[in-house]
Amino acid sequence: MDWINVILQGVLVGGLYAMFAAGLSLIFGVMRLVNIAHGDLIVLAAYVALVTTQALGIGPLTSLIIVVPVMALIGYLLQWLVLNRTLGDDLLPPLLVTFGLSVIIQNGLLTLFTADSVKLQAGDLEVATVRLAQGLYVGVLPLLQFAVAVAVIGGLQFIFYRTALGRAFRATADNPEVAQLMGLDNRRVFAFAMALSLAVVAIAGVFLAVRANFDPSQGPARLIFGFEAVIIGGLGSLWGTLAGGLILGVAQAIGAHLNPGWQILAGHIAFLVVLAVRPQGLFPKVRT
Amino acid sequence: MTADKSSRHESVRVVFGTRASHIGLALCALGVIALAAAPLWGGRDDLQLLSEMYAYVALASLWNLLAGYAGLVSVGQQAYVGLGAYLLFGFVILGGLSPLWAIPLAGVISALVAIPVAGLVFRLRGHYFAIGTWIVAEVFRLTASQVSPLGGGSGTSLPASVIIAIAPSRQLRDFIEYWIALALVIVVLAAIVLLLRSRYGLALKAIRDSEIAARCSGIDVTRTKLLVYIVTAFGTAMVGALIFLQKLRISPDAAFSVNDWTAFVIFITVIGGIGRIEGPIVGTIVFFALRQTLADLGTLYLMMLGLVAIVVMLAAPKGIWGLIAARSGFSVFPLERKVVFEEFSGARK
Repeated sequence: MDWINVILQGVLVGGLYAMFAAGLSLIFGVMRLVNIAHGDLIVLAAYVALVTTQALGIGPLTSLIIVVPVMALIGYLLQWLVLNRTLGDDLLPPLLVTFGLSVIIQNGLLTLFTADSVKLQAGDLEVATVRLAQGLYVGVLPLLQFAVAVAVIGGLQFIFYRTALGRAFRATADNPEVAQLMGLDNRRVFAFAMALSLAVVAIAGVFLAVRANFDPSQGPARLIFGFEAVIIGGLGSLWGTLAGGLILGVAQAIGAHLNPGWQILAGHIAFLVVLAVRPQGLFPKVRT
Repeated sequence: MTADKSSRHESVRVVFGTRASHIGLALCALGVIALAAAPLWGGRDDLQLLSEMYAYVALASLWNLLAGYAGLVSVGQQAYVGLGAYLLFGFVILGGLSPLWAIPLAGVISALVAIPVAGLVFRLRGHYFAIGTWIVAEVFRLTASQVSPLGGGSGTSLPASVIIAIAPSRQLRDFIEYWIALALVIVVLAAIVLLLRSRYGLALKAIRDSEIAARCSGIDVTRTKLLVYIVTAFGTAMVGALIFLQKLRISPDAAFSVNDWTAFVIFITVIGGIGRIEGPIVGTIVFFALRQTLADLGTLYLMMLGLVAIVVMLAAPKGIWGLIAARSGFSVFPLERKVVFEEFSGARK
């Protein structure tokens, strides 16, 4: 029962990692850009939620109504004003600009909110549990988080394959020049992709903030978890990303159960093993 | 006819330098002599500041070789700074080795470690390679914090007996460490210039400009990149070992810090000029000038640094030295080959 519990907790946390990864995977798929500031944007979303809940006196989940559009707008403007200028054959500019952005966000948050860790309070929801079997309980919050993660991945899948916007995403990803000839404004498509990515980041940020303490320095670790989930799952496959998140979560849970110092290390090792044995990921779609 | 051919053959020389570059190089040599004499004219603080600058010039030059020439944009070079430093502490504290021998040994072992690491991270391309190297550095950091003989997560200090063994007086020790730092940066720069002027340098520049074209010309791209990755690991680890020999104290978070050993190094290279030998030197001077004047601002200073890097990348992607070189064509360490036809000058005589 002990091990079932460990694996179950890992799976539930894995949903959060899949949400970290989905936004990363989305913009890589559309514009071949890896956003080094992705993790810091997740933490930024958590702080936006903190300010919103404190200023309006609303719960964390209600605050999503505000945090999601705010982050999406930030994403749109970021891509429109800054990141669109970096796109091209050279991979250094986007990497360095997002790296600079990461430093700015981290230190900006440090200036505004200090290094003290904070947490969003979700009231009774935090301690509510559901009994699954004799001696096996799961929290309502982790369960909700997992359900939201599945919904987010499903939603992205729907947008990608069933809507005009998704068609624009796929067309631009396949061939930006031809997409432009067909009347798409690539820069606008990219801006929408970044907006959507940061909308997902907003949801992930709020759940991160409710689940545990956070502080401005946590961004890079979130980026790494998201990245590991993307690679484990396989590039370009959204459901693969969910699976990657779950595998990472379970690996960390098992590591932590064996020795508290091994939690993060176990996740990294799972990633390196996948890279060594199956570098294209477990469920690849894009062949590079 | 044949005689004519052979004489033409002899009269063509391939050279690197220009008159301006010879003057520049001579000034550099004078500068190095002045710097080597720093213990005569500088105080303890000056020596420490200069040593730190040398370390950053070396780290940035190595990163520049990796990213600017081989196209391997790593954000995980702190892995080798930390590995070198930890190996030095391990050899000295646990193995009883002299620190001065431990530095090259740490370099060699790190270069060996780099081979299997490259086997893994080379499977990732472009941006993904960058984050992959970062994860490797995190694995190294987390592993180092499990090594309890070296203090685990909280780190350890070099014992006093080891420090005294370098030199009996504190002053002499400062001098020795300063000269090692200066020697190391000169060796690193010279090695990079020689590498880039060799066959491998031509291959690297071809790869930088077009990987596909380089492959078509018969260059073994993967092997060349692997060579650069290993050489860089070797140099980076030695610099890391020296940095922490001077700090006397090590901890996983300090030794594998992504901010100190990668963010700053990248900013230095980008601001100075990526893909040029002079870039990291100019970048280090700018970086330290900013730090000495603005460091009191704390986080605001770091935000400004990030902003400067973004603006430079967007407005002048070749950096400060790139602007200077584009305007004047001047280069202190010329890497381009020039063909000199001596027969013309001979004919004129």
